Amino acid sequence: MADLTTNFAGIRCPNPFWLASGPPTNCGDQVMRAFDAGWGGAVWKTIGEPIVNVSSRYSSVDWNGQRMMGLNNIELISDRPIETNLREIAEVKKRYPKHAVIASLMVDSKRDVWHDIVKRSEDAGADGLELNFGCPHGMSERGMGSAVGQVPEYSCMITEWVKEVARTPVLIKLTPNITDIRTVARAARRGGADALSAINTINSITGIDLDTFTPRPYVGGSSSHGGYCGPAVKPIALHLVQQIASDTEVGIPISGIGGIAGWREAAEFMLLGCGTVQVCTAAMHYGYRIVEDMIDGLSNWMDEKGFRTLDDFRGLSVPKVTEWKHLDLNYKIVARIDRDTCIGCDLCYIACWDGAHQCIHIDGHSRPESLEAASHARLTVTPIAKLDALQAANGKKTPPERIPKVDEAECVGCNLCWLVCPVANCITMEQVDTGRPAQSWEQRCQQH
Amino acid sequence: MSSAALHVERNLEQFPDLHPAFDSQAALAEANRCLFCFDAPCMGACPTHIDVPRFIKKIASGNLRGSAVTILDANILGLSCSRVCPVDVLCEGACVMHRYNKLPIEIGRLQRFAMDTFYAKGAHLPPVAQTGSQRIACVGGGPASLSCAAELRRRGVAVTVFDNRPLPGGLNTYGVAEYKLRPADSLREVAMVRSLGVEFRQAEVGGATPLDELEGEYAFLFLGMGLGAMERMGIPGEQALGVIDALRFIERYKTLPDFSVGKTVVVIGGGNTAIDAANAARRLGAQDVHLFYRRTETEMPAFSFEYDRSKVEGVQFHWLAQPVAILEQEGRAAAVKFVRTALGQPDASGRRKAEPVPESEFEFPCDLVIPALGQSRLTSLLESTRGVELKGGSIVVDRATGRTANPRYYGGGDCVNGGREVVDAVADGKRAALAMVAQLQVNHG
Ligand SMILES: Cc1cc2nc3c(=O)[nH]c(=O)nc-3n(C[C@H](O)[C@H](O)[C@H](O)COP(=O)(O)OP(=O)(O)OC[C@H]3O[C@@H](n4cnc5c(N)ncnc54)[C@H](O)[C@@H]3O)c2cc1C
Ligand SMILES: Cc1cc2nc3c(=O)[nH]c(=O)nc-3n(C[C@H](O)[C@H](O)[C@H](O)COP(=O)(O)O)c2cc1C
Ligand code: SF4
Ligand code: SF4
Ligand code: SF4
Repeated sequence: MADLTTNFAGIRCPNPFWLASGPPTNCGDQVMRAFDAGWGGAVWKTIGEPIVNVSSRYSSVDWNGQRMMGLNNIELISDRPIETNLREIAEVKKRYPKHAVIASLMVDSKRDVWHDIVKRSEDAGADGLELNFGCPHGMSERGMGSAVGQVPEYSCMITEWVKEVARTPVLIKLTPNITDIRTVARAARRGGADALSAINTINSITGIDLDTFTPRPYVGGSSSHGGYCGPAVKPIALHLVQQIASDTEVGIPISGIGGIAGWREAAEFMLLGCGTVQVCTAAMHYGYRIVEDMIDGLSNWMDEKGFRTLDDFRGLSVPKVTEWKHLDLNYKIVARIDRDTCIGCDLCYIACWDGAHQCIHIDGHSRPESLEAASHARLTVTPIAKLDALQAANGKKTPPERIPKVDEAECVGCNLCWLVCPVANCITMEQVDTGRPAQSWEQRCQQH
Repeated sequence: MSSAALHVERNLEQFPDLHPAFDSQAALAEANRCLFCFDAPCMGACPTHIDVPRFIKKIASGNLRGSAVTILDANILGLSCSRVCPVDVLCEGACVMHRYNKLPIEIGRLQRFAMDTFYAKGAHLPPVAQTGSQRIACVGGGPASLSCAAELRRRGVAVTVFDNRPLPGGLNTYGVAEYKLRPADSLREVAMVRSLGVEFRQAEVGGATPLDELEGEYAFLFLGMGLGAMERMGIPGEQALGVIDALRFIERYKTLPDFSVGKTVVVIGGGNTAIDAANAARRLGAQDVHLFYRRTETEMPAFSFEYDRSKVEGVQFHWLAQPVAILEQEGRAAAVKFVRTALGQPDASGRRKAEPVPESEFEFPCDLVIPALGQSRLTSLLESTRGVELKGGSIVVDRATGRTANPRYYGGGDCVNGGREVVDAVADGKRAALAMVAQLQVNHG
């Protein structure tokens, strides 16, 4: 059985699955229920001078009938008094000593104010501190959140102030709303940070109501840009994590955040070097219970791959990301269609014609227009009763004339068709021997 | 509409929809399931070639008017077709989903959703101004003529539809099973065609309105008069009270109040009409409905899904029996006398012939007898149409244009194809309209 116990920058917990700072970690009762459900740690909803929120606060992007592919919020930090939050942290720690409770903090950019909140959080029993330099809306207008996280010098300075008094590990939560995330990651490191959390939400406007012409979320006739998260942001988060993980000047543990909803995403972040992962949107969408499959799925996958501990696979994928100029120009794949499983939707055909290199063909037709014209001109009648049995059988077997063929000599191996094919393993990308040794762009330039 | 009062309320209870309507949430979920195939096989399998993935994706995008207009552009009777089409052997039968995750996209119900939404909003298609002075006449007011007339009118041609019934719509109004399509919906489509500028006249063509007269007034004549009355059985007692052929029976229950069927009903025949009549008899309160067919389940011409449906309705099937007489009591049918049959060699249709077994007669008591032996051909009118070629009682046309041997006459629907489906009639009417428009342009440069 895989061992999921975690030691992240000195913070110990039963597993690497943490709830990210947000609505699911708003109060002690919630965090305790989350620990009962199986979460290994929780980053408390950001604590600071209580704010007032607006309604509504969220909007989302639905896609193809699926709800909340991306979530956007204009919520600020905790609206509860600092004392209440700290009292509840103390209570949770007393009852759940083995679980990680991280205090997320955001206060005015003044040294004594930061000193004060750090001491009080640690006195309450927090296992670590996460400095919220990431919140992209509202708080940044008041000189906090991403207003700090976008300026490496401020990030370094505040990290230093905190480290002057902190006894527990200090995590800096990074904003993605910056040209090069590594500049702030390095600054945090210079300031003495023990670890990084990435990413916070991405600036966004999710959509506009086509009746009121007002973007969502709608607040009394106006809206404001918000922070985007959920499944849609995972690729962006993975890239930013990879940037930090592979930067030699950073070199501190990373807690991965952004679009994680299951064990697969968690494994991906860990393969890119993360020590823990944090989840917000998925827990808001489905509740704490999702952690059960995260634990179960990750353990089963680790068993299958022969990984005993998280350290056994952490960072394995980091060296596999390289610059484009190092890729092998002589590696070649082409698309192949399995005629037995093809259902004849012809989506690969039109994708290659309109979106790629015009090398998938249908017998008897030189281009898509002629195929469409032939179908339009075809005379179709309802099959006479009793032939319907025959027709139903047809439905089960793909008519051969609908199965496209790839011209392998012309295929450039972009694999668009493979991406659009709805049938698993129907199109495969097969390697073909080019007869040339591996050669990168960089090598080719050097030769000339 | 008043004289042929339509008893919609009664019928709604007794004939709930075969395939209930989607609500918008369900329609959206189903629409999103469609793969948006290129050169989609569902579209190819639809006789009117409705661009199925296009109208489905418009449902998904929330462009419901665009969805309905996509349907109507290809098939002006998109509403009735969405309800009466045998989708299992048409679009849905061809859906690639059969080979993917097995359940085809519910194209018919999605089409109905788009059309219901369109009509519920009281929406219209924009009228098209008349161009040119030539007029075209459509004989018969069923699906074939409605489609032909609408297509012509949408291309600027003036057109008049002549139908001999109080209400137009043909079998869509008077024949199709109530749980599929209600007369009121058929009439909504007629109103839509009328709103395009098509003129409707109630008249018996060939009778009070002779063809010569029409020929003088109209550039082309489209023949869409469907099939005639049901074939007779030709056995003693057929005229008795309590014997009513399936078409008249269906028309009556759809248009008359308190139509009663008695306790035991015998239906004779093995086609879709026999099945519709048998189902209707059950819904109208008959305790026992017995369908007798002279061959077996295997040879029965009805669609297999219609047969399955009928078993669910509780219709009892009897194979290998052929009626020889209706036995009367006090002038009313009291029983049917059958003879058993055995299957012999295949006949011209390729089905094995039913041959009577000597001395195997038996009597079957009942309150109502509904023969459903298929419709006759309307040969009398056709014989007077000079130069229009007939074969086996059907009009012979060039399939792609609907043109008959007489270049002034075109034809489509049941009177051409011998009796298929509504959607085939619509496709025929559309093709003929396009051909006539092209011919008008040739004639007038
Ligand atoms: C009982 C029954 C159930 C059916 N169920 C289905 C079903 O579920 N799904 C399906 O797709 N199809 C079904 N059909 C078939 C479908 O109804 C026909 O294929 C379709 O209606 C044919 O259209 P049409 O315009 O050719 O003819 P019709 O619908 O028959 O219309 C012809 C019209 O012309 C009129 N007419 C005839 N002669 C003259 C004349 N001399 N002058 C003026 N008017 C005239 C007739 O009165 C009629 O109104 C069913 C048919 C029957 C009989
Ligand atoms: C409604 C909402 C409120 C949030 N509040 C905070 C916060 O107070 N402090 C903070 O550091 N991050 C906050 N976040 C950001 C999350 O902690 C997390 O970084 C982000 O949502 C990405 O993770 P996800 O894709 O799992 O949601 C909030 C997110 C949401 C959706
Ligand atoms: S890999 Fe690209 S170029 Fe090759 S067949 Fe597929 S879509 Fe066309
Ligand atoms: S996309 Fe896949 S299933 Fe569809 S036609 Fe191409 S190979 Fe066949
Ligand atoms: S065949 Fe099925 S999946 Fe493909 S476009 Fe038609 S309805 Fe959609």
